[in-house]
Amino acid sequence: MSRRRSRWLELVLVIAVLTVVGILVNNLAVNLIRTGLGLSFQWLWQPAGFVLSEHSLPYESGDSTAWALLMGWLNSLRVIACSILLATVLGVGAGAARRSFNPLLRRLAALYVGSIRQIPLLLQLLFWYFVAFLGLPSEPLAPLGALIRLSNQGIGILGLNISVEFAAVLMGLSVFTGAAIAEVVRGGLDSVPRGQWEAFRSLGLAESPGLRLVILPQALPAILPALSSQYLNLAKNSTLAIAVGYADLYAVSDTTITQTGRAIEGFLILLLSFLALNLLINGGMQVLNRIMLLPGQRN
Amino acid sequence: MTVGMTRRRSIVSLFTACLAITACANLGESDSSRVDLIRNRGELRCGVSGKIPGFSFLQRDGSYAGLDVDLCRAFAAALVGDADKVEYRPLTAPERFTALKTGEIDLLSRNTTFNLSRDAAGGNGASFAPVVFHDGQGLLVRRDSGIRSLRDLQGQTICVGSGTTTEQNLNDAFQSLGLPYKPIKYQDLNQVVAGYLQGRCKAMTSDRSQLAAARSGFEQPDRHEILPEVLSKEPLAPLSSGGDQRLADAMRWVVYALITAEEMGITQSNVDAKLQEARDNPDLTQMRRFLGVEGDLGSKLGLSNDFVVNVIKAGGNYGEIYNRHLGPTSAVPIPRGMNQLHSQGGVLTSPPFQ
Repeated sequence: MSRRRSRWLELVLVIAVLTVVGILVNNLAVNLIRTGLGLSFQWLWQPAGFVLSEHSLPYESGDSTAWALLMGWLNSLRVIACSILLATVLGVGAGAARRSFNPLLRRLAALYVGSIRQIPLLLQLLFWYFVAFLGLPSEPLAPLGALIRLSNQGIGILGLNISVEFAAVLMGLSVFTGAAIAEVVRGGLDSVPRGQWEAFRSLGLAESPGLRLVILPQALPAILPALSSQYLNLAKNSTLAIAVGYADLYAVSDTTITQTGRAIEGFLILLLSFLALNLLINGGMQVLNRIMLLPGQRN
Repeated sequence: MTVGMTRRRSIVSLFTACLAITACANLGESDSSRVDLIRNRGELRCGVSGKIPGFSFLQRDGSYAGLDVDLCRAFAAALVGDADKVEYRPLTAPERFTALKTGEIDLLSRNTTFNLSRDAAGGNGASFAPVVFHDGQGLLVRRDSGIRSLRDLQGQTICVGSGTTTEQNLNDAFQSLGLPYKPIKYQDLNQVVAGYLQGRCKAMTSDRSQLAAARSGFEQPDRHEILPEVLSKEPLAPLSSGGDQRLADAMRWVVYALITAEEMGITQSNVDAKLQEARDNPDLTQMRRFLGVEGDLGSKLGLSNDFVVNVIKAGGNYGEIYNRHLGPTSAVPIPRGMNQLHSQGGVLTSPPFQ
């Protein structure tokens, strides 16, 4: 009796849920038709009709919109990859410095983490771009001869030329995320029992090899998961690049959405592209997990 | 027993929830005009830029002023009966169509270029009111840069706002000349100006009205000049989300009322006298119809029959609005040029109020 009743109840529940979902989907479809939209991705293969200031592969305004979006995606990928590298160097350095014997290093690192984490990233990006990089003279400064050339038209390092927009996004993202990574690293180091520090010091091991050989391997299980989430944050924060004129994926989609009027499809592609980017980072971190952690430490 | 009760109650609440969702879902499909929604709310939600002097600009006291703002006021006067009942929503260029489409705002009065893609059902699907400002895209350069025409900008960097037709026009112009160039795209006009003033770009491009407005805020405006080339036609017009004829008609005829009022010499200060004159003199049929003394033109639009009187009282006729914000004594003087009445050598004209 009670079993039959519960089966009826399940049936009613399933029908109710399906009805609600059906109504919502139908509503979206009806509204898309009503506003004359309907989903279509034809525009992806039409000529983009705009120029990009930087692109990693050959691109002209006559190429397809899909190709333009790919250029934007590659630009995003490039700035994210470089920022992750630089942020990690900064973060690990500052995190380790906060546990250093040297009081000056300790205070400098604390000042860096303390001040950078209090200022919104957008403001920092605008600062790097409009004040730091565009504040450079238009005639290149060459403090180290041909090694480094600095001007507000572009930056040259060892013959490698990067745009000031790229440089501003790179610095903004790296310095901001570096501060967060420093805290992650410090937390990881603190998770290693004090006895381990005392042990390597009593063995007469110097600070730097002791850190590398004894402390870090034990701190990594605490550091790596939080580190990947910082990397994912960095990737998502890279969409702020549009504020400083860098042609990243978001900036390119922004232009295509206005030119085609295909907002829903444009945002769908944007969502999927960022999903792909973040899955890439996630996958990379899992490989790193496998390499860096001992079998027993993996989870 | 208690279990059964709870279960029954949960079924009832589930169905109530279903009903509520269904009701909400159906709301979007109903045929009712947004005009009724605006009336019931007692306030018009108007999307503006807020950052363009002369068109819509935030004042010291927190209010907005400009040509686009006065149009919002005129629409509110016609739709709600009170020009002050406007809630302004400052929007960036890429945000504006989404805000309109999702119904966050009732209408957009924000330096928006009227073109086919934005009007057509297969594009943005908006409904445009008549053009309120005929503009064209230009380029601003430093006087001492030696750049005198488009050709001098070959291979140079140009600062441009993203998400606007500006970007496309710039590309079309350079492509037709076969010249390479490098666009630096920013999201916002303020950033375009900052990029240009900081020397990142040799030129900045935007509508000539916006260039004039931006230049008025420079430290030394006379060190910069607008190149003679006009890259595009930029007819700026207010718009509503498509598919709502009552709202679109109301907006269309409010704009025409402003133009007709200037043609007929009806101003903010003499509208009461003109109304009295029309009432006293049955022979002035044209003015009587226009001001709603006879006939039912306003009612046909679903507005009050004398909506024109409210509209003119709100901010005067088109010429008065133009002179207040863009006239020779204003902060952003732009010669009226094409924006004169047709009888004065411009292109503004209105179909008859019949």
